[in-house]
Amino acid sequence: MTAVDPVPFDKALAIGLLSDMLRIRRLEEAAAEWYGAGKIRGYLHLYIGQEAVAAGAVRCLSREDDIVATYREHGHALVRGVPMKAIMAEMFGKAAGCSRGRGGSMHLFDAAIRFFGGNAIVGGGLPLAVGLGLSARMLEESRISACFFGEGAVAEGAFHESMNLAALWRLPVLFCCENNLYAMGTALERSESQTDLCAKAESYKVTALRADGMDVASVHEVTRDALARVRSGAGPCFVEYRTYRFRAHSMFDPDLYRDRDEVEAWKKRGPIHTFSARLKAEGLLSEAEFLALDAKAMAEVSEAVAFAEAAPFEAVEDLARDVVAGEGP
Amino acid sequence: MKTSYRDALRAALREALAADARVFLMGEDVGKYGGSYAVSKGLLAEFGPERVRDTPLSELGFVGAGIGAALGGLHPIVEIMTVNFSLLAMDQIVNGAAALRHMSGGQFHVPLVIRMATGAGRQLGAQHSHSFEGWYAHVPGLRVLAPATLADARGMLAPALACPDPVLLFEHVRLYNLEGELAENPEAWRCDIRSAAVRRPGDAVSLIAYGGGVPLSLEAAETLAAEGIDAEVVDLRVLRPLDGETLLASVRRTRRAVVVDEGWKSGSLSAEIVARLMEGAFYDLDAPVARVCSEEVPMPYARPLEDAALPQAHKIAAAARKLVAGT
Ligand SMILES: Cc1ncc(C[n+]2csc(CCOP(=O)(O)OP(=O)(O)O)c2C)c(N)n1
Repeated sequence: MTAVDPVPFDKALAIGLLSDMLRIRRLEEAAAEWYGAGKIRGYLHLYIGQEAVAAGAVRCLSREDDIVATYREHGHALVRGVPMKAIMAEMFGKAAGCSRGRGGSMHLFDAAIRFFGGNAIVGGGLPLAVGLGLSARMLEESRISACFFGEGAVAEGAFHESMNLAALWRLPVLFCCENNLYAMGTALERSESQTDLCAKAESYKVTALRADGMDVASVHEVTRDALARVRSGAGPCFVEYRTYRFRAHSMFDPDLYRDRDEVEAWKKRGPIHTFSARLKAEGLLSEAEFLALDAKAMAEVSEAVAFAEAAPFEAVEDLARDVVAGEGP
Repeated sequence: MKTSYRDALRAALREALAADARVFLMGEDVGKYGGSYAVSKGLLAEFGPERVRDTPLSELGFVGAGIGAALGGLHPIVEIMTVNFSLLAMDQIVNGAAALRHMSGGQFHVPLVIRMATGAGRQLGAQHSHSFEGWYAHVPGLRVLAPATLADARGMLAPALACPDPVLLFEHVRLYNLEGELAENPEAWRCDIRSAAVRRPGDAVSLIAYGGGVPLSLEAAETLAAEGIDAEVVDLRVLRPLDGETLLASVRRTRRAVVVDEGWKSGSLSAEIVARLMEGAFYDLDAPVARVCSEEVPMPYARPLEDAALPQAHKIAAAARKLVAGT
């Protein structure tokens, strides 16, 4: 897809997608800054560069659907509807965080909107998504489950077992593979004999589609089509989103394994500036409108940071809560 | 020579790779990335991609392959990023490596070393912070090591590679940046992988610890010394087989013991140590044995909660004080 293709949907949706990408970007830039200031600790995996995937795909899901994500999940949580304040407070480790400060950046959860969390065991979320799909089927509910994971996860046994189970039982599961080409420092071709990820899914008789993960319009359209198949009862679907992370794997990564030119070349395809340029070219967006959207995102971030800073930590006396359900039977 | 725990581990790896062509290192991001904790940094350039082998994210697969390679005549060193991810390979380690010698009537053995990071303290949350080494110490057929000093970081790998059975080496994440002096003379670090070591002699109470708990216990001992309580610090070093003799000898002398373990209490290594003391030194004790372990929660992220969940020097000192005051 090139910048001259017309945007395939109405202005409201286009602006919504752009706004979500901006919100993710600004949230993460702030997270990096507050990490530098020592207020956010542990591992922080930034999603910068990949925003089109969460923005374009999560918006296709309905409120009843289930989402399982990884440790690189700020964007998915935000677009799904976890309040930015609750995300920021979680990263600050505060009791008002969406996981009461127990999880941090890698473990954002929100039961009310069926966000089953950031899982930091690579591949660990896929079997859960299969089980959520199984529950929908057995309970005769119309929801589907969507599972986000990186291409590194396809090397884990959990990926293969999950593909097989989902296809064997024809479960309503959407497997969303964000192929950003690197698993920490390991490039795809250095870790897979078969680098065609769709071929892997197809070998389990899972329908596989591919989207340009740098283009939110492509992400949105392909995901919508994949979802239509899943909802029709045809069984699971796999979507490969070709994307790229602009930052290091985590705040501890010196990023010595990627060529600077490669990173710069991908940045030229950055999902926010390319999409906004396209909207402008089509007369769907003015510079003033863009600046207003960005200002709004920044204001939301400032508010979230102020909230997170002011919020108290959980009392240490409550350390042992939420391990098991009280007395039990 | 000034060195760090991380550099000492790397020096040991370099020495092993240079000394024996059958030795190779494999694991996730050990090569091009430089090791997730930078232990193997630079080794790829020195030894090439065959012997410093990056693996895909396939813990069960490459740990199992390490077992197979050992059966086939190599001396693999497998790195698993952390003990938390080793659970994906636990079947291969426990049902495979640990059992093969006995199950085959002594025909096969697995000369394999598996290194991994363990422990908390860096706010990494419940899937990156646990201390499961006690689980492995439960398993006959394995030897389990926990270097807590620069000398052991430098010295334990050679005897581990010489061991004809699978050896697990646990590197506590808080120790990687530990710095200090280590003489260049191999005598300074040459060691066995059988015995515990007294790191600080004392006569009032034994602080029994391993890995990340050793510096905490030494710190507690300093605090106690200022109060006139002379604590002995015993470093287990080897979690399986346990060196019961050294533990019992210490406790018979001091008549009091605090066991420090970053694992949880229930069904744990600390419970095993207390049981050994009951079996072997019950009548020598002046007070019930105390334990300082992690609170029984999946490790929380927030700093105050993680601090509260973990063993700390002040908790160890308080436990020791109570034992001494009570008798
Ligand atoms: C089972 C397991 N092994 C190793 C790790 C350490 N680790 C965390 S993220 C990561 C890379 C994963 O890459 P990919 O799946 O492509 O996702 P990305 O980080 O690129 O989003 C690794 C090796 C882990 N968290 N879990």
